[in-house]
Amino acid sequence: MSGLPQIYTAHVFVRLKPGVNDPQGATVAAGLRDLDFDGIRDVRVGKIVDVEMVAPDAATARARVEAMCEQLLTNPVIEEFEMELIEPQPLKLSDTAW
Amino acid sequence: MRAAVIVFPGSNCDTDTHHALTEVMGVPTDLVWHATSSLDGYDLVVLPGGFSYGDYLRTGAMAAQARVMRAVREAAERGVPVLGICNGFQILLESGLLPGAMLPNACVEFRCEWVHVRVETRRTPFTGSAEAGRVLRMPIAHGEGNYVADASTLDALRDNDQVVWRYTDADGRRSARANPNGSVGDIAGICNARGNVVGLMPHPERCSEAALGGTDGRMVWESVLARVTA
Repeated sequence: MSGLPQIYTAHVFVRLKPGVNDPQGATVAAGLRDLDFDGIRDVRVGKIVDVEMVAPDAATARARVEAMCEQLLTNPVIEEFEMELIEPQPLKLSDTAW
Repeated sequence: MRAAVIVFPGSNCDTDTHHALTEVMGVPTDLVWHATSSLDGYDLVVLPGGFSYGDYLRTGAMAAQARVMRAVREAAERGVPVLGICNGFQILLESGLLPGAMLPNACVEFRCEWVHVRVETRRTPFTGSAEAGRVLRMPIAHGEGNYVADASTLDALRDNDQVVWRYTDADGRRSARANPNGSVGDIAGICNARGNVVGLMPHPERCSEAALGGTDGRMVWESVLARVTA
């Protein structure tokens, strides 16, 4: 597929790997129990990074975000990520960043 | 001998470290801005403590991308002693110059207190002047010093003599109580395989003169002076 570059938004969900201790999550779980929420088994705290970028196609956008995750957005020693790539919006003439 | 203390936006132990090196140890030392691209001519590089880039994303993650880190890597490859203290240790982990990673303290508290650490190896430039097994009393001040690594990395650290300090009590005995942050294996500091890149959570620059309540940190500086000027 080729054509004009388009704006892609990637929602990157960063989580601690299974088995990696999560002191924040444990503290939040204790707080929920203190609020009398029943049945709390486990809480894990992660983060979301939204990246808006101009790319020629979805495959390129996806590959770039994966590289970003490996180089900066996550620490592969303790974290893993999932990506949700949003359908591109048409590029407006005023978008000159690319 | 000439030392470089790297300054990132948010470093806050840079001038303390500069003071310890210049005023206490008499080592000519420059504060070097993170945008610098060369560390040629320096015999010692220190990444100081603080909260570089506000600890955004992960502790040390942004600083690990700074231009000066390429020069730090080159210096390390030349065999120059590189010391990362607290946030500096976190930066060395994020840059891959040391293995493993940091998590928030298991107690979820920022711990600011005096601790004891035992010298586990004398082979690094920063521990050569210590007797093996010597217990040092040094201050910590961190929220993320909970060192983790996968099993194979931990095996390699042990087999290659890369664990430099462990948290102990005043008598050198390990216990959960003596470990302030939940760090695996009570690890307080490690080195790379070659031994010249060292990171630790306690602050030797804050205990290098009696006026600060302790002098055990001097051993770190005395060791590297002895190594560099040998």
